[in-house]
Amino acid sequence: MSDATPGIEVLAPGLASTLQDLGRFGRRHLGVAWSGAADPWSHTLANLLVGNPGDAASLEITLTGPTLRFAAPTRIALCGAKIDARAGGLAIPGDRPVMLPAGTVLRLGRCRGGARAYLAVAGGFRAASRLGSLATDVRGGFGGHEGRPLHKGDRLSGGHPLESATDTPVAARWWIDASPGPAPTPSDAPCRVRLLPGRDACPDLFASAWQIDAGSNRQGLRLQGPALRIDDRRERVSEPVAPGTVQLPPDGQPIVLLADAQTHGGYPRIGHAIRADWPLLAQAGPGDRIRFVPCSPHEAHAAGLEQRQRLYRIALAIRARQDRHA
Amino acid sequence: MRWMLEPLGEDAVLLRLGDAISPEINRRVHALAARLDACRPAWLREIVPAYASLALIVEPGHPEIRDAPPLDRLHEWLAAQALDATAPRPDDDGPAAIVDIPTCYDGDCAPDLDDVAAHAGLKREDVVARHTGTVYIVGMLGFAPGFPYLIGLAPALAMPRRATPRVRVPAGSVAIGGAQTGLYPRESPGGWHVIGRTPLQLFDPERPQPSLLAPGQRVRFAAIDRAQWDATVGAARHV
Repeated sequence: MSDATPGIEVLAPGLASTLQDLGRFGRRHLGVAWSGAADPWSHTLANLLVGNPGDAASLEITLTGPTLRFAAPTRIALCGAKIDARAGGLAIPGDRPVMLPAGTVLRLGRCRGGARAYLAVAGGFRAASRLGSLATDVRGGFGGHEGRPLHKGDRLSGGHPLESATDTPVAARWWIDASPGPAPTPSDAPCRVRLLPGRDACPDLFASAWQIDAGSNRQGLRLQGPALRIDDRRERVSEPVAPGTVQLPPDGQPIVLLADAQTHGGYPRIGHAIRADWPLLAQAGPGDRIRFVPCSPHEAHAAGLEQRQRLYRIALAIRARQDRHA
Repeated sequence: MRWMLEPLGEDAVLLRLGDAISPEINRRVHALAARLDACRPAWLREIVPAYASLALIVEPGHPEIRDAPPLDRLHEWLAAQALDATAPRPDDDGPAAIVDIPTCYDGDCAPDLDDVAAHAGLKREDVVARHTGTVYIVGMLGFAPGFPYLIGLAPALAMPRRATPRVRVPAGSVAIGGAQTGLYPRESPGGWHVIGRTPLQLFDPERPQPSLLAPGQRVRFAAIDRAQWDATVGAARHV
């Protein structure tokens, strides 16, 4: 890190904090996973709130956040899971830009109402691009910060030079409605995830709610519920899989693959979660429940378009605010 | 060339050419992948070969597709390629050169060689002779970046995976899992039987060609002794 770049010191690492962008594409034939933000929606919004392009690197925070010291004045935004965030004795709200003065220690605690929060800094976190992306590939050990989650004592670089007029954090007085869809499910009901059919039909998959297992990670959500069976129980030859693929291992407990999905898998495929619902999957934490509902390719495509339109509208609204305060 | 077409989510399809691990089917997979890659449109994000199938994944919202349904676009494009007209052409056979993998089958490079020999009812040197006496095909790369699943293992050497996977298999380990053999590009957990180790670096994201091996490539193992291993291991790490 050169002295000219504002430094960010990791005082405590959090549970699994990784630098992510929107992913590394075009090399699945070499066994290279996409990586990238598990919840690309929240990642993109956090970036837009600080004036970054949507694919700038953000810090993906899982369940418990890090404590970071910002050497220089920095504009930040937190999106995704609601996370306990404090700096200089003040609570730092999410879904809006916040100006941190030089020397701020930002303490990020537990994620509530979601499993992953995204921290963006104006100017983006800096990291060397590997195979066209800044994303951390934990299995490959490259990308992001040294190809791994943060450790205590790491020094990140990011942000761009800013002036700060105050010596306390200042949050914008406006915020965005950051939910990825128009109708958020009530918090006590299982979250609904839309599924396209897979190679193997398994109607019982839709019959009950599924609880997220604590062994879940960025590679896959492990689900707990009544053991499922499919009729065709022959041994399978490994075939390509991707984020969203729902696999059924021999124990009958499905796995939904997420951003770090391996490139191939030999288990039966009983469905594919639609792209518009990947943010919901990424936000499902241990003990949360999800329920699957069947969906057609036409509905999946329409949901994707609707989400993209929603993102455009939010981006325009943010831009209008930023212009007014420029 | 015949295949089954199956959707793989909302923006990908799977072309299935068979349901078995066989050199013949796999060769056709790679031939098809090469032909599709040669006329690849900008919106086709991934062409992912497997043993007997091939995934095509679209970049949703790509400027050349915009708001069109990706699966419709994929189907139109595939239909326009007239792919089922002919058998693979000679130049579809993939890279002609055989890549040699120098491998040390001695000492701590080969912690499971005795087990494999006992399972096969062979002497250690016979296992090595059979393992090095075959030209393999890279059936696919998966599990981790640059991990090749090689087709062509002598049936006598096939052996079920370890009951308890190792927590740490060193980088470069050459191993047998079921009817397959493969190499671990970096240290990782693994359930295959480790019978040797190569000093070659299989995957390096900073190289122009990050993976030493490509799908469909032909590979042969060449035994090196411990002294050669010690002499090459330092230098080869910096290729």
